[in-house]
Amino acid sequence: MRDVIVLGVGMTKFGELWNRSLRDIYVEAALSAIENAGVDHIDSMYVGAMSSGLFVQQEHLGAVLADYLGVNPIPATRVESACASGGAAFRQAYLEVASGASDIVLASGVEKMTDGADVTEVLATAADQEYEAFHGITFPGLYALIANAHMHQFKTTREQLAQVAVKNHHNGAKNPNAQFRSEVTLEQVMNSTMVADPLRLLDCSPVSDGAAAVIVASTDVARKLKKQIIRVKASAQASDTIALHNRRELTTLNAVSKAAEQAYRMAGMKPSDVDFAEVHDCFTIAEIVVSEDLGFFQKGCGGKAVAEGKTAIEGGVIPINTSGGLKSKGHPVGATGIAQIIELYEQLTGRAGERQVKDASVGLAQNMGGSGASCVIHILEGL
Amino acid sequence: MTGIVGYGAYLPRYRIKSDTIAEQWGADPVAIRKGLQLFEKTVPGRDEDTITISVAAARSALQRAGINPQEIGAVYIGSESHPYAVKPSATILVDALGIGPHVHAASYEFACKAGSEAMYVAYSLVKSGEMNYAMGIGTDTSQGAPGDALEYSASAGGAAFIMGSENVIAEILYTHSFTSDTPDFWRREGEYYPRHGGRFTGEPAYFRHVLGAGTALLQKSKFSPKDFAHAVFHMPNGKFPQEAGKRLGFTKEQMEVGWVVPWMGNTYSGSSPTGLAAILDVAKPNELIFMVSFGSGAGSDGFVFRVTEKVKEVQGRAPKVREMLDNDKIYLNYGQYAKFRKKIIMND
Repeated sequence: MRDVIVLGVGMTKFGELWNRSLRDIYVEAALSAIENAGVDHIDSMYVGAMSSGLFVQQEHLGAVLADYLGVNPIPATRVESACASGGAAFRQAYLEVASGASDIVLASGVEKMTDGADVTEVLATAADQEYEAFHGITFPGLYALIANAHMHQFKTTREQLAQVAVKNHHNGAKNPNAQFRSEVTLEQVMNSTMVADPLRLLDCSPVSDGAAAVIVASTDVARKLKKQIIRVKASAQASDTIALHNRRELTTLNAVSKAAEQAYRMAGMKPSDVDFAEVHDCFTIAEIVVSEDLGFFQKGCGGKAVAEGKTAIEGGVIPINTSGGLKSKGHPVGATGIAQIIELYEQLTGRAGERQVKDASVGLAQNMGGSGASCVIHILEGL
Repeated sequence: MTGIVGYGAYLPRYRIKSDTIAEQWGADPVAIRKGLQLFEKTVPGRDEDTITISVAAARSALQRAGINPQEIGAVYIGSESHPYAVKPSATILVDALGIGPHVHAASYEFACKAGSEAMYVAYSLVKSGEMNYAMGIGTDTSQGAPGDALEYSASAGGAAFIMGSENVIAEILYTHSFTSDTPDFWRREGEYYPRHGGRFTGEPAYFRHVLGAGTALLQKSKFSPKDFAHAVFHMPNGKFPQEAGKRLGFTKEQMEVGWVVPWMGNTYSGSSPTGLAAILDVAKPNELIFMVSFGSGAGSDGFVFRVTEKVKEVQGRAPKVREMLDNDKIYLNYGQYAKFRKKIIMND
């Protein structure tokens, strides 16, 4: 397998993009990535989208978006892995270039969630319909079970959960593409509306529209275009039981730790070699659990770590979600995994502005679907 | 000079607190009270509908105008809860109040702006010289599905305005309307409760239209927000009108009198008209009033009024909005409320 380079990136602002359609926002992001990469063509494209059928009644997205992007007749494929669709699309693009089948591939993600669908119901289709969703549990409910178990087992506190939201909003306030460019206080999080005990409104990522795209290419293409080399050091994916109740324990996400093991092995790295990470904070508890399963902190210490500022940009040991994360940047489901890669690219090329992590050379992106039944991890290195 | 010569409002005595509704559905009462600024709302009695409300409001308007009902050339009732799908509401009203039969009458519907629409057409007919007096009414016994966010706001009430050119109490100086196809809230034929687009009812619907009409009205009139003593906007909840007013440059103090929604709820077509009636109850001569309605679907009608000396004579001739809001209230529990609003399925 040959090396794969991230050549250029582009995304829309995330948020309630009422007056624009799925294809509009997709084309904006894809064209901006193509322009940023400086390529004159793409060999194929992958689109990550969780549920365009239920959100906007449009399937066959590969064809729709290749048509509107004006790139027919190249191969165009939609990839679906619930909230990890974007990460999975990036992995497919990576594999296609790594295998030598193509030289320049567009990896992208999109979701249009505000067009009137019952969002909670649509998102619940990423859980086990027969054994979870049909019985009425929603994603906030599933993550609340994880939070309660973590609080019981490791004495993680309500305040520590809130600290994740406070930190991510602090970072997101500095991200021009973020849905919520505003800080929140610990008190605001702790007093926000209860959603599923102990998770409150400000523990939850929002409903968002958005699209994100990156161009991956072979080293030869990158050298010819004289681009800074941002190399994909690892691409890993793992799965776990779809239903939460079939897990041995609720406080560890096996797909995350398994994908992490693979990724570190492939990159020849250990967790301490990673300078910063974008992780899937769909709920505040998710960031805490994932930061442990990625090996950044000992199991049970993730809550304490965030409260002690270890995951902050300023003075942290491993800054997490410098973009604002799903919590503040927004979570247009299919676009999320690609947007994480974009934050890695911005940091590694030193273009993250006020959010810049000093001397960042290795970044990790962790994207997961459902309550952790699928997980995709990428490690990027800037040279 | 053309404008309002008589006005009247009516609000039912029954109330339900938003806490009572929140408790019923296991919702967070603080979020409703603080977030949406809704404390309680009016509930129509079992023998009340938009026609009885219109008659009560119109009777007060006639008392204030002091005119012969026979002189009224047109009656328009704007509502989204007309009791009949086919049969006009206004025919019952004109007979009940001795208006007509030499009168033009119609029922209007434009979601929550049907009332201001009726006012606008009534005003235009008088201004054009077609007739001496015309009446525009906005009223609703608003629908909101059980458990829906609308249930905290959907309330009952209305206000009537008689337009004329003599003895005007509030001259209409400028009007402006702003309309586009924006499907944020609707109820199809045969459906009992309206449906809505959640957060889509905010920025692209309410704010775009209210601010669109409001900004154009300020430009057209060449007034600045500080010239006005009062401003009133459509009130789907407590928060939206305050935010819209703030964005246009009005202060909380300017909006205080017309902001009746925390205690009244959203009387849909009667919302901003009742707010206007509350302002006229206390307005002083020469004060300027700014009003912008909103109806989903969507559109806004804006008016600039200048109060005349005459207002002092008529204010005390009929019940005032604040009195009806604050006095003689009867609080209902959720069961009684469900019964009053026909939310309980019964055999005939």
